[in-house]
Amino acid sequence: MVPVLLILIPLVTGLVGFLIKNASNARTWALLSSLATLVVSLWGLSLAKTSPMLSANVEWLPDLGSRFAVGMDGLSTILSLLTAVSFPLIFIATWRDQYKKAWNFYALMLLSQAGLIGVFLATDALLFYFFWELALIPVYFLSSQWGGERRIAATFKFFVYTFVGSLLMLVGIIWLYWQTPDHSFSMQSFYALHSKIPGKDQTWIFWMMFIAFAIKMPIWPLHTWQPDAYEQSPTATTMVLSAVMVKMGLFGVMRWLVPVVSVGSWQWGDTVSFCCMIGMIYASLVALKQDDLKRLIAYSSIAHVGLMCLAIFATTSSGMQGVMIQMFSHGINILGMWIVVDLIERQFGTRKISELGGLAQKAPGLAILLVIVALANIALPLTNAFVGELLLYSGIFSSTATQYNVVYTVVAGLSIILGAVYTLNMIQRVFFGNTNTLTAKGVDIKMNEKLALVAIVALILVFGVYPKPMLDLTKETAEMILSKMNYKL
Amino acid sequence: MNAILLSAIWGIVMMFSGIFTKSKTAIRNTAILGLVLLLLANCADMTGMHVSIDVHKMLYFDTFGLLGNSIAFASTLLLVLLSGRDMEKVGHNLAEYFALIFFVLCGVAIVTTFNTLLMLFLGIEIISIPLYILTGSDKRNLKSNEAALKYFLMGSFSTGLMLLGIAFLYGASATGTFFIDDLWSAGAVKTNPVFISGLLLLLVSMAFKVSAAPFHFWTPDVYDGAPTVFTSFMATIVKVSIFIGFVRLFDEGFGESQDKWQIFVAIITAATLFIGNVTAVFQQSVKRMLAYSSIAQAGFMLLALLALNSVAKQGMLLYAAAYSVATIGIFAVLIRMKDYTFEGFNGLARQQPLLAATVTIFLLSLSGIPLTGGFFAKYYMLAAVVSSGHYLWLVIFAVLCAAVSVYYYFRVIQAMYFKEGDGTTEVEPGAGFKGLLVVLAAVVVVLGIWPQTLLGFLSKLPYTW
Repeated sequence: MVPVLLILIPLVTGLVGFLIKNASNARTWALLSSLATLVVSLWGLSLAKTSPMLSANVEWLPDLGSRFAVGMDGLSTILSLLTAVSFPLIFIATWRDQYKKAWNFYALMLLSQAGLIGVFLATDALLFYFFWELALIPVYFLSSQWGGERRIAATFKFFVYTFVGSLLMLVGIIWLYWQTPDHSFSMQSFYALHSKIPGKDQTWIFWMMFIAFAIKMPIWPLHTWQPDAYEQSPTATTMVLSAVMVKMGLFGVMRWLVPVVSVGSWQWGDTVSFCCMIGMIYASLVALKQDDLKRLIAYSSIAHVGLMCLAIFATTSSGMQGVMIQMFSHGINILGMWIVVDLIERQFGTRKISELGGLAQKAPGLAILLVIVALANIALPLTNAFVGELLLYSGIFSSTATQYNVVYTVVAGLSIILGAVYTLNMIQRVFFGNTNTLTAKGVDIKMNEKLALVAIVALILVFGVYPKPMLDLTKETAEMILSKMNYKL
Repeated sequence: MNAILLSAIWGIVMMFSGIFTKSKTAIRNTAILGLVLLLLANCADMTGMHVSIDVHKMLYFDTFGLLGNSIAFASTLLLVLLSGRDMEKVGHNLAEYFALIFFVLCGVAIVTTFNTLLMLFLGIEIISIPLYILTGSDKRNLKSNEAALKYFLMGSFSTGLMLLGIAFLYGASATGTFFIDDLWSAGAVKTNPVFISGLLLLLVSMAFKVSAAPFHFWTPDVYDGAPTVFTSFMATIVKVSIFIGFVRLFDEGFGESQDKWQIFVAIITAATLFIGNVTAVFQQSVKRMLAYSSIAQAGFMLLALLALNSVAKQGMLLYAAAYSVATIGIFAVLIRMKDYTFEGFNGLARQQPLLAATVTIFLLSLSGIPLTGGFFAKYYMLAAVVSSGHYLWLVIFAVLCAAVSVYYYFRVIQAMYFKEGDGTTEVEPGAGFKGLLVVLAAVVVVLGIWPQTLLGFLSKLPYTW
């Protein structure tokens, strides 16, 4: 019931949204819809874990062995919650952005939300694939229609990249489907497979699926679409892309890859980890040199996601839990960063760090909120990201799955230091120092943005000080994934 | 049997209708009536109500073939409903065009249900000869003439090869038989080179007819030169029906000798996918792009021939339906465009939002995006090969090619939605045309959510001949 509602609300309101031919009505409609989704998602959170309301399973394609099966465990709950929290915040924060034919814009945003929530809730591999693509198509139209100057090329690159990945994943899914004894796409059948996949097939099936997820995350060297896509998309879409969509990749690995193709995951874990490590350092170094705010945040996102992926392959329970918590925290934090970027761009018409400066004098409210978000981005204690990253580090350090755990920890630590350097450097150059002719006219933030940022800061601090609900929520799922990975023959 | 008789009779009716009336509307309505009757007759056939004529097992009416017929007839009906008016613009002989289309459908009905090589040959010829004429029907257009001549020369050459192949197979079978299910079991020496060469000659000539690489060279010129309505007819209905015959031939005739020819089919498939997709990328005209796209889609359908299991046969039918509906829809809009280049579509979404939206759905279907029939069509093809356990490299190659196809399909979407321009149709399309396009788009989406609505027929119809 709850998962079905979570998918249906944005889907139906999105389709209706195309018919509201009035920009401000469409905007209100989108906000109301996303708030309704949030309410349902909180209701789902309040239910007991075993409640039958938390899953649904109806006949869909009996000939193909696929059912419309959705369900919520810790992993899917936390990510659908992230999606449900993000969208209202995005709508509020970008309330003043103007779009041509805004009703189409908001309708597509809601459709992408439906796709995203569907990806996180599906417990049937074919349904998962359906939603995986469904989330992509609206974003393609959003970015190509309302994006920046080079939007068509950048979005197309993004689309082709992910489409190649998802087709490879489809072949993997079909192959696994034929291996299941009952020819079923259900998650249970896939999970029961792990010991039956022959060793020689583990390798290629692992890579077919991993490439799809790695493109989405993105992991070095498959990240090249990301900075362009983030830069050229309208900021509201960039928020969706970076706050929620990159989590699809991590989610895919945790739900559909490591528990199913566990031998392959053990075998190739180190290779993946090396890619993550290179990506983290590389992205951090590139971020240091960026002059464009959007590109800077895009690269910082690559570094953060790399760390999370590294922790998945560390195969420890604190690492797994850390990934889940950090996915949520990272989504919230990066949303805060984007809101600030959007604000700056709208006010001054530029995203170049070199052209800005001294904003703190003109917008003290903004500066305070941003500093908190930025500190969360570099995982200072008392912020939500600290909890996640601490777990990630301890998970990576205590990993027995690899002999390079110390190396990984050191490199990951290095990336954190670099992260602090570029984040603080950015704040210093944009917000402090002297104002120039451009920023002298700056004013403080408006009510709607303050609302969104305050909500984000509140989330950052609440989960930074009291992370227990998150830990409780994710514990069981982390153990479940690990037990699938560590099966005995 | 119903369909073969009725289509032949109605073809003659159409031919003479030109004498009795000069009204184009009346002629078109007669054709539409004929197609509806044809579809009903074929459905009646599937439920067991049929004209009993002893054909001495030369034809075999199973659900696969009859369902293929239904798809072909329904697609033709949609084509005529959508683009019937555009046929009038080709020339003065409207009644004859319809007569020829009915004769092609008669050939289609034979090719989908043949049981001997003679019937296959007959069916292919009945399809081909009217098509040569339809291709050249724009008499005063040099390109149309060139296309017809080219098609005729190449087509007759491949028919010659087919006859030679049939003769070889006849000779290789110990008892001298044309029946396809006896070819292999009739005591032929297992590695008889005559048998193998006959088989390969048939493979080549059929590959030619479905424009598989490297026998595809006629396709772009013929599709480009022919009047666009007839291109739409050739690229969809004719192509998929011959495909159904192709699968039938290899399934019934050469199913047991699969290991002998599978590698050749695999090579043809890979070449078709590669050449079709890569060449389509470089086209400037949407019509020519669609010609190459039809080659590329043929590559995907060839996967069914490679796998030849029940999944493949179901998938073949679904592919036939999904591909035909989407392609007919795109062609119907293309015919009405002022400019056939990609630039001609610039800004169409602003001028004709409904047309642009439906074309987008058709293009998404052709590129195989979920929620459209094209996804399940491709899914079945991939699943068929994966389930057979061999040729996984070809599956991966096929999905990579499918990713390439996104480039040229999305180019049209980009032109319509994201580029500035005043691309529009020649005249404002009527409400009926728009309504039909919406119906087509709905069919594509329904096939993408519940594909078994169509395939369910396969298992549920109580049909036996």
